[in-house]
Amino acid sequence: MSTDVLSAPSAGSAPLATVKRIAIVPAFNEERNVGRVLDELRAIDPGLDVVVVSDGSTDRTAEVASARGAYVIRLPFNLGIGGAVQTGFRYAWEEGYELAVRLDGDGQHDPGELRLLVAPVVAGDADLAVGSRFVEGRGYRSSPARRVGIRILARVVSLIARQRLTDTTSGFQACNRRAISVYAADLPHDYPEVEGMVMAIRHRIRLVEVPVTMREREHGRSSIGTLASIYYMIKILLALFVDLFRRDVAPLEE
Amino acid sequence: MTPLKISIVATVVSVVLLLVVFELIRSRRLRERYALLWLATGVVLVVLSAWRGGLNTIAGWFGVRGYPPAVLFAVGLLFVIIVLLHYSTVISRLADQNTILAQRLALLEAKFHEKE
Repeated sequence: MSTDVLSAPSAGSAPLATVKRIAIVPAFNEERNVGRVLDELRAIDPGLDVVVVSDGSTDRTAEVASARGAYVIRLPFNLGIGGAVQTGFRYAWEEGYELAVRLDGDGQHDPGELRLLVAPVVAGDADLAVGSRFVEGRGYRSSPARRVGIRILARVVSLIARQRLTDTTSGFQACNRRAISVYAADLPHDYPEVEGMVMAIRHRIRLVEVPVTMREREHGRSSIGTLASIYYMIKILLALFVDLFRRDVAPLEE
Repeated sequence: MTPLKISIVATVVSVVLLLVVFELIRSRRLRERYALLWLATGVVLVVLSAWRGGLNTIAGWFGVRGYPPAVLFAVGLLFVIIVLLHYSTVISRLADQNTILAQRLALLEAKFHEKE
């Protein structure tokens, strides 16, 4: 990671990059949060296209996003975060985008940190940059059970990746064309971040973590409860275990 | 006491079940999500088949005196019922989604032909 890019003063609304770029924003019933996210994205980089994937929302998420000029894809029913995000990556792939940033519609990912996140990808040092809450050991308010889960997953994925990773559940990611093609072709459905990272690594995607601070969501509650967390944890560990016995990785579209 | 032959056969069958489920996941013909119940079934059956003392104890709890392997069948049946019930909910959801997809497609097609 080249530090001169990171320490460069962020010049107002100077573009994040000169390439064709897009932000992928999955949103499920986020009418109260998604508007602010889109406004912030516009302020950070007016040349950044935005696709909002409304994952079977029953509120006004799609209308709010559409009114702010985002390209809105309305899924006919809830596919889950993986299916929604993959829809965005498919769109980015088909429309020929060179750089895609994924951030959640609930506002927990700060568009103000986009510049930091995309830097290693734009510089060509990595194919995939993942915003991590833990690289610098910053405090993060989350339930203890979830923190333990996140730490276990980080350990397991680090072992498989042979690379130290601290935050495998982060949905704040920047991708170049190669990483877009991997995610467009195959992204696990229920809880895609962890398995997606392992899959990307198996495709020899160069991955770096970038320290970020995540915000508390402003309205509403996270869609994942404690019981669901335990279920996901078991499911993911099973998936990772089985994956160790696979020779083939999913085919690339390119 | 459970006859040894039954224990051996039941253990082998349960292990084969586990291996088949594992291979189905590995070859991507079964999603992890739907495999969890089958894996739980397999693990419980392996344990009860191989651990003969445990099976006898559990049989004792339920007052099954003559033939402890009956508990094995009961547990197996219970899991099959749970799996089937789970599939019924999955099929219901798929049917609903299928309806929505058909409606969306028909609406799109109608709009498409209108423009021709």
